[in-house]
Amino acid sequence: MAAINRDDVAHLARLAHIEMSAEELDRMAVELAVIVDSVKSVSEAAGEDVPATSHPIPLTNVFREDVVGHTFTAEQALSGAPDAFENRFKVPAILDEG
Amino acid sequence: MTELKNELIRHSAADLAAKLAAREVTAVEVTQAHLDRIADVDGQVNAFLHVNSEEALAVAAEVDAARAAGGSAAEELHALAGVPIAVKDLIVTIGQPTTAGSKILEGWHSPYDATVVKKLRAAKMPILGKTNLDEFAMGSSTEHSAYGPTRNPWDLDRIPGGSGGGSAAAVAAFEAPLALGTDTGGSIRQPGAVTGTVGVKPTYGAVSRYGAIAMASSLDQIGPVSRTVLDSALLQEVIGGHDPFDSTSLTDPFNNLVAAARVGNVAGMKIGIVKELHGEGYQAGVENRFNESLQLLKDAGAEIVEVSCPNLKYALGAYYLIMPSEVSSNLAKFDGVRFGMRVLPKDGPMTIERVMGATRAAGFGDEVKRRIILGTYALSAGYYDAYYGSAQKVRTLIQRDFDAAFAKADVLISPTAPTTAFKLGEKLDDPLAMYLNDVATIPANLAGIPGLSLPGGLADEDGLPVGIQLLAPARQDARLYRVGAVLESILEEKWGGPMLAQAPVLGSATTTAGGSN
Repeated sequence: MAAINRDDVAHLARLAHIEMSAEELDRMAVELAVIVDSVKSVSEAAGEDVPATSHPIPLTNVFREDVVGHTFTAEQALSGAPDAFENRFKVPAILDEG
Repeated sequence: MTELKNELIRHSAADLAAKLAAREVTAVEVTQAHLDRIADVDGQVNAFLHVNSEEALAVAAEVDAARAAGGSAAEELHALAGVPIAVKDLIVTIGQPTTAGSKILEGWHSPYDATVVKKLRAAKMPILGKTNLDEFAMGSSTEHSAYGPTRNPWDLDRIPGGSGGGSAAAVAAFEAPLALGTDTGGSIRQPGAVTGTVGVKPTYGAVSRYGAIAMASSLDQIGPVSRTVLDSALLQEVIGGHDPFDSTSLTDPFNNLVAAARVGNVAGMKIGIVKELHGEGYQAGVENRFNESLQLLKDAGAEIVEVSCPNLKYALGAYYLIMPSEVSSNLAKFDGVRFGMRVLPKDGPMTIERVMGATRAAGFGDEVKRRIILGTYALSAGYYDAYYGSAQKVRTLIQRDFDAAFAKADVLISPTAPTTAFKLGEKLDDPLAMYLNDVATIPANLAGIPGLSLPGGLADEDGLPVGIQLLAPARQDARLYRVGAVLESILEEKWGGPMLAQAPVLGSATTTAGGSN
């Protein structure tokens, strides 16, 4: 399995929307390489025939009645927002149109 | 009055409940005594991020009024009404800030209460405040909090464990008789071990997670923190039960926990030593206290058997793939739009993507960033099967190992953590060394089974607390309380009182009253 390198970390940081300085990328690449190396053995632990467990206590079909239940008012929902306008979250440009 | 207050803060929750019911003390006196203690020692300990004096005293006054009124108002009071509690700051509360130990949520107020908080309010338990934690519960030392580390009441230069170091230290320092924690890989049990307190991770789904800010949803569990096993049982019965707001919440009743803590014997029970969870890599003093507890349980009539869970050697690796994968998804919501901090990029185009990048860069600490990147990596195309997929298979293998072990034993036993509390700063630059603290606690989260840590004595070489961990099959939390209470009582008989009576004296008011109990 390929080791994680600085370019990988830079790409992953972009995907995860975390700006990183050159110094941070250098440091993170070294730290993550050590961590990834230590978890590698997991890929050899189980054979093809072992089913995956996504959830420790299996539950299926957890439904509720399709009726309006607990909801927040717009005021409550916006109470912690950094910016709001006319009952909506206000954000800078969504598209990079200059 | 000082002496009386010092005496009050040293009582267990069960004793306080009895004194309140007998009207020997008022809930306001009990709550004020703990608030005074916080004022006195929290400058040293830093267990609390927010103290909720006004509301706590108001709730206590309501309890006192109901009791004074008598009749149905008094009869309807919950057994723990008026017994104060601290809440880990990962759990949302109306009326108090919730930070998750992160700068990104500094000053944020939740518009809703977690289900467990609603239950505390319904029981009229005064909430003393919110306790410190590693940022978003990621860490084993509370050093990753954006608000400074919590210190271990046994030695202020040492870590109180993590992520719930604040809750454990608050209880160990007699700032609160009870606290709530969350446990994703050991964040209730490992702090319990290193601070000489009791902590329980219930069966996954036994306590609603609604309102616990999610770290890794398939592993997270809210649970009790206390100084005695009985107190944790009392608290789990308050906070447990089915909750339609959490679709992973179990419908099974968990109402036999307090009764189990009061059974008082382990005769004929089979207790399994997990071969892979002690020995090499465990500090000598930890191993000695562990062996001593085994002998005491044997003397009490339990049968000690050895079991093997060979796939536990993959547990840490599987955990550090599954947990960060879920983290990378759960923490995507901290984007500078809906709640918390927003940071604008210094230059260049002002798009939402760039605002997110700048906000998350400034708002998250190093450990959170490491785990988000690691999780993003483990989930990326080309690596998914080898990493996340394999880790989920390991989870199956570990569950099978536990199933086989529980066919031979009623409960399993191990040290809770491989070492006693280490020095602040000692492992901060070595993430992998930090991760190893949770090697004995992580398997329970992967398998969904309940685990309890209780004080097992002090290590010979450093005089610091050692934790003993008990594990039971899913839904059999009662077994933990039964065995835990018996071991606690045998150990306290041997020590001549609670282990925390041997802890150093903190604060100013206690210097004259210290050692009086």
